[in-house]
Amino acid sequence: MAEPMGFYTDTTVCIGCKACEVACKEWNQLPATNGGANTLSGNSYDNTRKLDGEHWRHVKFIEQFTDDRTGEARWLMMSDVCKHCVQAGCLEVCPTGAIIRTEFDTVVIQADTCNGCRDCIAACPFGVIDINPVTHTAQKCTLCYDRMKSNLMPACAQACPTASIQFGPIADLRKRADERVKTLHERGEKRAYIYGDENILGGLNSFYLLVDKPQVYGLPERPQLPTKRLPASSLMSAIGAGAVGLLALLGLRMRREGETEADAAAGEK
Amino acid sequence: MPPSDTFFTLRPHWDWLIVLYFFFGGISAGSYMFAAILDLFGRPSDRPMARLGYFVAFPTMLVCPLLLTVDLTHPERFWHMILQNHTMQPIFKPYSPMSVGAWGLLLFGFFVTLSFLGALGETRTGWRSFAGLGRGTLGKVIAAIGGIPAFFIAGYTGVLLSTTNRPLWADTPMLGALFLLSGASTAAALLAWLGHRRALPASVSWIRRVDTWIILLEIVVLIVTVITLGGVARLWMSGWGLLLLVGVVLFGLLVPLFMHYRPAFGGPNGVAIAAALVILGGFLLRVVVIFSSEAA
Repeated sequence: MAEPMGFYTDTTVCIGCKACEVACKEWNQLPATNGGANTLSGNSYDNTRKLDGEHWRHVKFIEQFTDDRTGEARWLMMSDVCKHCVQAGCLEVCPTGAIIRTEFDTVVIQADTCNGCRDCIAACPFGVIDINPVTHTAQKCTLCYDRMKSNLMPACAQACPTASIQFGPIADLRKRADERVKTLHERGEKRAYIYGDENILGGLNSFYLLVDKPQVYGLPERPQLPTKRLPASSLMSAIGAGAVGLLALLGLRMRREGETEADAAAGEK
Repeated sequence: MPPSDTFFTLRPHWDWLIVLYFFFGGISAGSYMFAAILDLFGRPSDRPMARLGYFVAFPTMLVCPLLLTVDLTHPERFWHMILQNHTMQPIFKPYSPMSVGAWGLLLFGFFVTLSFLGALGETRTGWRSFAGLGRGTLGKVIAAIGGIPAFFIAGYTGVLLSTTNRPLWADTPMLGALFLLSGASTAAALLAWLGHRRALPASVSWIRRVDTWIILLEIVVLIVTVITLGGVARLWMSGWGLLLLVGVVLFGLLVPLFMHYRPAFGGPNGVAIAAALVILGGFLLRVVVIFSSEAA
């Protein structure tokens, strides 16, 4: 297996240019929403709105201003993408085997296998996957698997003008990210931290440097594998099944006893 | 901040077809469960009710794969659930409820068909050659083995919802138990109704009594479900909550319960009215659980 590869996204240098979104759309030939009709979301400069089957990159704009514009003001920007989780919920639940782990430790959906059951959409803790309206299959970022096979950098990372999106071997990226956090702390930005270390789903192969709580960026604080819930839910279901079986047998027994008593009463008469 | 990490996810667009699958799957599995229990532990005079159970289980089971297939965005690839398209090898993932469910439905369908043919063989002259599937040791063996996937199908749909990251579904471990009890209850109500029409008093009084107990248990499980949801239960501070309270709890559970203890309340059609309310309540429960999460 090749070395695990991924993205390190330093949100502190993202300028919200959306070059990553455009490069992703162009390289992967993703369709325009509503045939390209321009509809504004009303949410800052974010008219992409969310990751889905036709948006594999999404630049988020988080405006932190007080109503009177007098307090501390921040404008956070972050280019979001599939996290290519080391423990991937989508891959676990996919019943057809359409979702696979590649030799680069990334997670890819095979369009010719996906039948559109949509279990992966509900399983992803980050809201990354959705149905592509053209192919009618579940789709998401492939980390430009085709480009990686040709020793090329993913389109988004290549297009990023500020090196907010960095691509490379995960081990190198983690070192780079740790150094950046240290630098930021030294410069007084004590809020900087890495989101996506080994404590989150075994490590995210696309991880982030953030300066606020994950929820502020639309990320779950403690994302879970859906299959973690399987034992408790199955146990409750089994207990329910046992209860129904026992109640049915109890009903039969009570009927039998009732008839025996009735027979005895009739015999006494 | 949202009350749970599950609010950062996308909806899978599981709509009416899935609601109908959960509903018919529950009735089919519940009917088979009761029919199998009567065949294994009941008296010979319970056999007409057991047959009725198989007669209900078969058509309601047939609807299920059709609904699931139509719901796929690529229906022509339905078989990818069972066989890998690249290798044509069987695919089975024990930790994926949908994968296990696909195999479970296949297995359940096989046994329902056998039991249905056995019941048909006993009652229709042209089908006599199948009567052996419903009688004697063979009939009991089929009922015993088929009962296992029946219990599974009744509950796994709730487990499937819980094994996601969606609001409400993933925030409680109780949906499997809730759907299983609801499926059993709706099936019992339908069998009581049909059995009443066919004048099978001993079997009908048994199944009505069992249904009453299951309804009581379902109310308890529903309360536990709301408690385990914690802050996420605020999703039901809406029209969905109102539907749950009025449609499911009041008319689907409490009124039928009252009618069981006060048979005169429903008049001559009391059994039919109570059964219809339980069935409607079971359907609305699935509507509320699916759509209140989809709307989040």
